[in-house]
Amino acid sequence: METRRDVFQAIADPTRRAILTLVALQAMTPGAIADRFDSSRQTISKHIQILTECRLLKQEESGREIYYHLNPKKMKEVANFIEPFRKMWDDRFNKLETVMKQSMKNLAHKEK
Amino acid sequence: MGRKTKINAEDGKQELLITREFDLPLGLLFKAYTEPGLVEQWMGTKVLKLESKKHGSYQFETTDTEGKVAFRANGVIHEFVSNRKITRTFEIENAPFGVQLEFLEFEQLTDNTSKLNMRTIYESAALRNQVLQLPFAQGINMAHDRLQDILNNPDSYREK
Repeated sequence: METRRDVFQAIADPTRRAILTLVALQAMTPGAIADRFDSSRQTISKHIQILTECRLLKQEESGREIYYHLNPKKMKEVANFIEPFRKMWDDRFNKLETVMKQSMKNLAHKEK
Repeated sequence: MGRKTKINAEDGKQELLITREFDLPLGLLFKAYTEPGLVEQWMGTKVLKLESKKHGSYQFETTDTEGKVAFRANGVIHEFVSNRKITRTFEIENAPFGVQLEFLEFEQLTDNTSKLNMRTIYESAALRNQVLQLPFAQGINMAHDRLQDILNNPDSYREK
């Protein structure tokens, strides 16, 4: 069965998620990426290949080096990694507002 | 209509800033952070203890449907200025995220609106990023698990 290189399969692996997070902060060469992991250079290269095949990573040549960038358009398909964190807090704060507005109403009723 | 929660997390830094404006007078916003019964309602966790004062300590806990502890956090309050500022530590028990230092600043905008600036400092930039991406990773895991489930049990999803 041919392995489909789709975004969700790519992101399913924790090492690949970690690579994406690294490269999201700044573009990196394959060597610099591999240095951050205990796995062999070969293993990391394979992960990078998968991420590039599904277009989550883009390559750019700078002099003799290849730099990998996060592809923002493709990432948007999976959603910004900060967005779920932001949404989590937004939900809590919405709840805070609702709870406190309700307590204002309850107080107003009591004073009548 | 800028009521949306904003996250500011600069590359390579070990802190993040969460800001949010509320349709609430300052006093009520502050109260939401200091009364156990209220904290429980919006944080969605049980408050085992909350001493809202300088050098007070606090502990939150969430249990699952079987009563097992799913989450527990604790901390100590270092500064406490009514309607102005709470400085505290925050630590999730049995998790690799270290101890956070939180500076919560409460600000009045108008008679009926106020603002929270929450600055959290982590032990390292790496830990901050781990915390930031956790909900993302969890979301992906959930999506992936669901997909896995469908693939493993195609019959239960096929139309009969």
